[in-house]
Parts: sequence; structure tokens; C-alpha cells
Amino acid sequence: MRIESEKQLRDYRKKLIEADKKLVKKIMVCHGPGCLASGAEKISAEFEKQLKKKRIKGVSIESVKKTGCHSFCEKSPLVAIEPAQVLYTRVQIRDVAEIIEKSVKGDDVIERLVYHDPKTDEAIEKYPDIPFYKHQTRIALRNLGKINACDIDDYIRVGGYDAAVKAVLHMTPDEVIDEVKKANLRGRGGGGFPAGRKWESCRKIEADVRYVVCNGDEGDPGAFMDRAIMEGDPHTVLEGMIIAAYAIGAKDGYIYVREEYPLAVINLQKAIEQAEAIGLLGDNIMGTSFSLRIHINRGAGAFVCGESSALMMSVAGHVGEPRAKYIRSVQKGLYDQPTVLNNVETYSNVPMIISNGADWFTSIGAPKNSGTKAFSLVGKVRHTGLIEVPMGTTLRTIIYDIGGGIQKDRQFKAVQTGGPSGGCLAEQHLDLSVDFDTLTAHGSMMGSGGMIVMDERTCMVDVAKYFLSFLVSESCGKCIPCREGLYQLYKLAIAISEGRGKEEDIARMERLSDHVVVGSLCGLGKSGPNPFLSTVANFRDEYLAHIVDHKCSAGVCKELIKFEVITEKCDGCMACISACAVNAITGKKKQPHIINQELCTKCGACVAACNRDAIAVF
Amino acid sequence: MKHDLAKIPEIIGRYPQQESSLIMVLQDIQKEFNYLPCEALEQTAEALHVPLSKVFSVSTFYNAFSLTKKGDVVVRVCIGTACHIRGARQIQEQLETALKIQAGETTRDEKFTLEVVGCVGACAMAPVVLTNEQYHAQCKVHTVKKLVSKR
Repeated sequence: MRIESEKQLRDYRKKLIEADKKLVKKIMVCHGPGCLASGAEKISAEFEKQLKKKRIKGVSIESVKKTGCHSFCEKSPLVAIEPAQVLYTRVQIRDVAEIIEKSVKGDDVIERLVYHDPKTDEAIEKYPDIPFYKHQTRIALRNLGKINACDIDDYIRVGGYDAAVKAVLHMTPDEVIDEVKKANLRGRGGGGFPAGRKWESCRKIEADVRYVVCNGDEGDPGAFMDRAIMEGDPHTVLEGMIIAAYAIGAKDGYIYVREEYPLAVINLQKAIEQAEAIGLLGDNIMGTSFSLRIHINRGAGAFVCGESSALMMSVAGHVGEPRAKYIRSVQKGLYDQPTVLNNVETYSNVPMIISNGADWFTSIGAPKNSGTKAFSLVGKVRHTGLIEVPMGTTLRTIIYDIGGGIQKDRQFKAVQTGGPSGGCLAEQHLDLSVDFDTLTAHGSMMGSGGMIVMDERTCMVDVAKYFLSFLVSESCGKCIPCREGLYQLYKLAIAISEGRGKEEDIARMERLSDHVVVGSLCGLGKSGPNPFLSTVANFRDEYLAHIVDHKCSAGVCKELIKFEVITEKCDGCMACISACAVNAITGKKKQPHIINQELCTKCGACVAACNRDAIAVF
Repeated sequence: MKHDLAKIPEIIGRYPQQESSLIMVLQDIQKEFNYLPCEALEQTAEALHVPLSKVFSVSTFYNAFSLTKKGDVVVRVCIGTACHIRGARQIQEQLETALKIQAGETTRDEKFTLEVVGCVGACAMAPVVLTNEQYHAQCKVHTVKKLVSKR
């Protein structure tokens, strides 16, 4: 079957919906990044194995859906029972039989497995009632957790490819561009440049060959939104690219996926084949003269390749070095042809804008920042996971209402956004609206969506040192200010963290940062000093404590700390003694232990092993 | 692990014989052999009509490529921001102590290679360690060495 009209798609969807109604119950096993890391594949296999043996009316092996990220990763592996909307958390293989018996065959809820409010211990059965989900609005992540990731039928059933059909068959390219422009969809990769304007400039350039490229490089450490979309809803990325290609007149598209995401490559490849099979990709799409081939390029582990010009160099098989941008890539991009490059999440928004209209999209979000933004909410927050909120939501809502506050009720210190190019915001910034302009105005940036929460046990000098070390190893080396400047900043940060810093080093680092910002060619260098600049702006006291008092109050910088047993708390269980790799801890059973400071390597194993918090870090 | 160098022409033949295929060819070779043998670089250069110097330049620019043999088990410690904040450095140190090598090195018996990786995208489950393709979520400083104890 090839889909060549709106009616055909509608009829086909009707059939799919009818077939789906026959499944009385669905078991959504999350196969998102977090759940896969916690063994989700074994859980779904166990469900299939057990269902094969059982005969339950309206339930078959088809009822087991391997979905994209259900997003509440902290509680993984997750299993949702639909249509009841019951969410089971931390599901183990031994729980499968009970779930089938009680919630699939019957309609009972297993209270032990549902989410419990950490403060009141109240059991919350349905996931829409859990605060983590309640405050979210899902556009780009709309299908994650709801459909089988590798099934075009599931995607079509929930409204997929409606927008592509509408655009290609019923709209002119200019109308498509106008709609996206009116929606003011800004680049979700972090740049925030309006996608519609980018498409328009590309279309205006006279050329025989144009390209659409999707940036799936997601190099920012601490971010996995794009991974979740590419793995869990690959068709939405393709649909967005089809619409973009139609708008600008491209016949070839490339998706650049980073090397660390092998499953994204597999799922995107499957999705491309499925879409080609029914005439939504390939030659003469939907029976028109419009043709598009989408190719996948795997990255090879270079952070700089997330930069647009470096990415295009890499697609062409070269070393991924950025070039100067006096000629934009919409004029001369991939293979020197006009190219539109957008990020995964940007493309995922496009189908919804075409389907629902620009007015609907601009009704969500903040002024000049329409729509939503996906974040990976991670770090020292209680509920880690993948979230999507309307722009303009405050950091406080995200961290405290959705994220449930700080782990172990510790003190909040900072939140890092924007990856290595971004910055750290402090307590006084918690009520800021999260949007492109506000975050930039306060010394951080939106970035692609990593949101790393830090508590009192996170050292800000160490954080700056961490990002500088990352950037030093990822600088491509083309410009000296970036290659050498960041290295010198890194060396000074090491000196401060080891208590060898001088007070004038801070001013020296600030001066050097200015040079790196001005003298570097691409965004990586230009924003490289940001992690230092934003931490020193908001946490100067902490820098001074390292330099003047030789103290790391967070207990992180090894050279400045020591570990000691709190004798009153120690019950002499000997757990720390067996955890210590260098035999630095001595003591008898049921008697307080002692750490030999000369032997201690400050590796932290004893702290992790102690169940009574009896080892203090000074 | 035995390396069948006769496979190289077949791998190169999977892609159009042009410069833009270079990275994909090298990726497939790396996957097959776990490193880029010298012979493979030479044959790739010749087949794709690219100077050997350029093949070498690309092979050394990208982190995914290795010019030296790796161990049977590649242990990768994720040092993404989320993992770093939750103690990835301590995890790395524990593994370095247990294996008696530094990150980037291979044990003398060629059983283990220890590496660090920018981010594997499982940030919510930090800290994360991979042994070959297998994820290990929420690793603990005092127990992580068990991952490399079966020698």
C-alpha cells in the first residue's frame, strides 16, 4: 500500500484504531534510556513469555508495547497499564506474574509497585496525578511512552503523518514556511534561531540542490532528550524533516547521530524503511513530484561536531573542524549547497505546528518563546527524568514541583543548564522564567536541554574544572585562543582546587576568558569560559575559600579534605573496612573505627559503604 | 581475538568508493576489529582515493577510533555532567585501582580496556558504567570493582 491522499491515510488510521480497540489492556514497558540501563528488555521479554502461555480475553502478545521513554527515569524500570493509566515503578522480573494476574487479567492495582509521595507516603496509582507528570506539557515528547517505538502503524494511529500529508498535498512551500515563521519556533538545539526564518532564507537562494540535515549529535554531557526522541519516536523526526524538505525544496536529508547512541541509529533506520514502504519517503512522495531520501550518518565521538559547520564537514567524511561563519550554511552548507540544519527536538515540534496551526503553538509558552522545551532533569534532584514544560516555567517549579526537591533534603546550591557552553544559576535565580532570553541574560543559556541540579555537596570550583577539562579534550585545536586559552584556564582551576591558587588568579582567569571569547571562531570556544565565568560570578566566596582558607566546604576537592569517623555514630559494622582498598581503616567489630590519614587516598568508598552516615568529610 | 584481515576489502566495498564514505568505512572496521589495523588504513586510502595522511588525520581526530588493540572487555565510565556530580571520578578511580591501569589503557593480559566517555545519555541513572554494550546503572563506589572482578 502507498499513501497518496488524505482520505487514504484517514481510512488506514480508522482500520488501525479498530484493530487497537480489540486490545482491552495494553502493557507499556518503557524502553527509554534509563529503563534500558535498568534491564527493561528482560521485563518485556518476561511479559511476552508469560502472556504466550496464558489466555486472557482481549489481551495478547500484541498488548506488550515497547515504548519510548516514559520519562520518570528515577523509578525505572517502568511499566504502565493502559487504558487505566496505572504506573508501576522499579518493576522486577519477579513482579511480572503478579501484574498479569492482578492488573491485566483483573482490574486491581498493586499498591506496593505504584509511586508513593516521599513526604506523605500516599500511594498515587495513576501517573497523570503524580506531580512529576502533572506540571508537564508534551509536544515534542508527545508520543514517548504511548506508542511502540519501531512501528509506523502505531505512529499513524495516534495522528502521525497527518501534518506531512497536509503540507505536501494541501499547502504550498511558502505557506508551510509562513506557518512555521508565525509559530516562532526557535531552534531547540540551544541557538534559539527561528526555524521558519532559516527555512525561508534557504529557499530564497538559487540552487539546484539543497539539503535538510538533522543534528542528532547531542554532545552536551548530561542531556538525553534527543536520544529519547530518536529511539522512542523516530517517525516524528522524519515527519518534521519531510515537511522541512518540502518547504525548502530538498531531495536529500541527513541525520547525524552520535556514536554513543547505537539504538537511535537502528530505530531511525527501521523508521526510514517503513516510511519508504508506504510512499511517505523516497521517490514521488504521496504520488507528487516531491522526492526525499533520508540518510543516516553516525558520528565518531567528537563534541565539536554538534557545531553546525563541523557537523557538515563530518557528514562529508572530513575532520570535524568548524569554519568561519561569514557565509551562513543556509547559503553554503553541506557540500557547499544551501542547507537547513535543525536539531531533533525542533523537527519534532514541526508536525504539531502544521497540524494545529501557529496560533495554537504561540498560545503555549512565554512571549517571544513559544511552545515548550524538553529537559533532562538530572543530578542531585530527587526525581530525575525527561521532562517537557511550557517556556516560561520557573526553575523552582521544575526542580521542586516536578523534580521533588533535592535528594536527601539537602540544600540546593546551583542548577547548570546549557552544557559546557552554559552556566550555573544560583538560589537567587530560582524564580527566573526558563526561556531562551532570560537564561542568556543571567549568564547561562538554554542549550539543548541538560538541566543538572547541584546541592551543597557539589563544589563549584570542581564543576568549573570539570567543564574546562571536558572542553580542553574536545577543542578541535583549530584556533589558538580556544586550544591554549582553555588549557591555561584549566590549569589555573586545578591550582585553585588543590589549594595552590592565588587571589589574583581569579582576575587573571577573567581576563584570559575575555580573550578566548573574542578570539575563537566557533561557539565551542566563544562560550568555553562560561562555566568558569558563571561560577565565579555566583560563587566567588567558594573560590576564595579554596584560595585563602584552603577549604572545600562541599568536601569534593581531594587535596583540601580529609575523612574522619564520627565515633558517636559508628557502630563498628566493619563495612568501611572491607570497602577500603588501601587498608587505611582499622578497628574491631562493634567498636568505633579509625581512619589512618597517611594511608587514606580519599577515594570515598568508605562513605558510600557506611549505612549510618558515620564518616564525615571535612 | 583473531583478526581476519581478509575482511577489510569487503567492509570497504559496503560504501561508495569516494571520500565522503571515509568515516563510515573506518567505523565499520573499528567495529569489526575493535581497532584500526595499519593494513586497513592503507587499503582504505587506496580504495577511496584519499591520501593516507588524511585517513590518519581522521582516525586520530575522532574519539571513536583507536589505533591500538583493545581488551576483550571495554569498560567505559561515563563522565557526563550528571555522572560527574554523582561521583563518576571516584568510580573511575576505583576501577583504575582494581585493574591497576589508568583510563585509556589496556591490562597486560588484554582482558580489559578502561575508558572514559563524555556522556552515554543515561543521565537519570547516574553514575553509569558500561562493560562492552552492557549498562550498569547507579553504580556505587564501594561495589563497582565487582564489574571487573571476574578475570
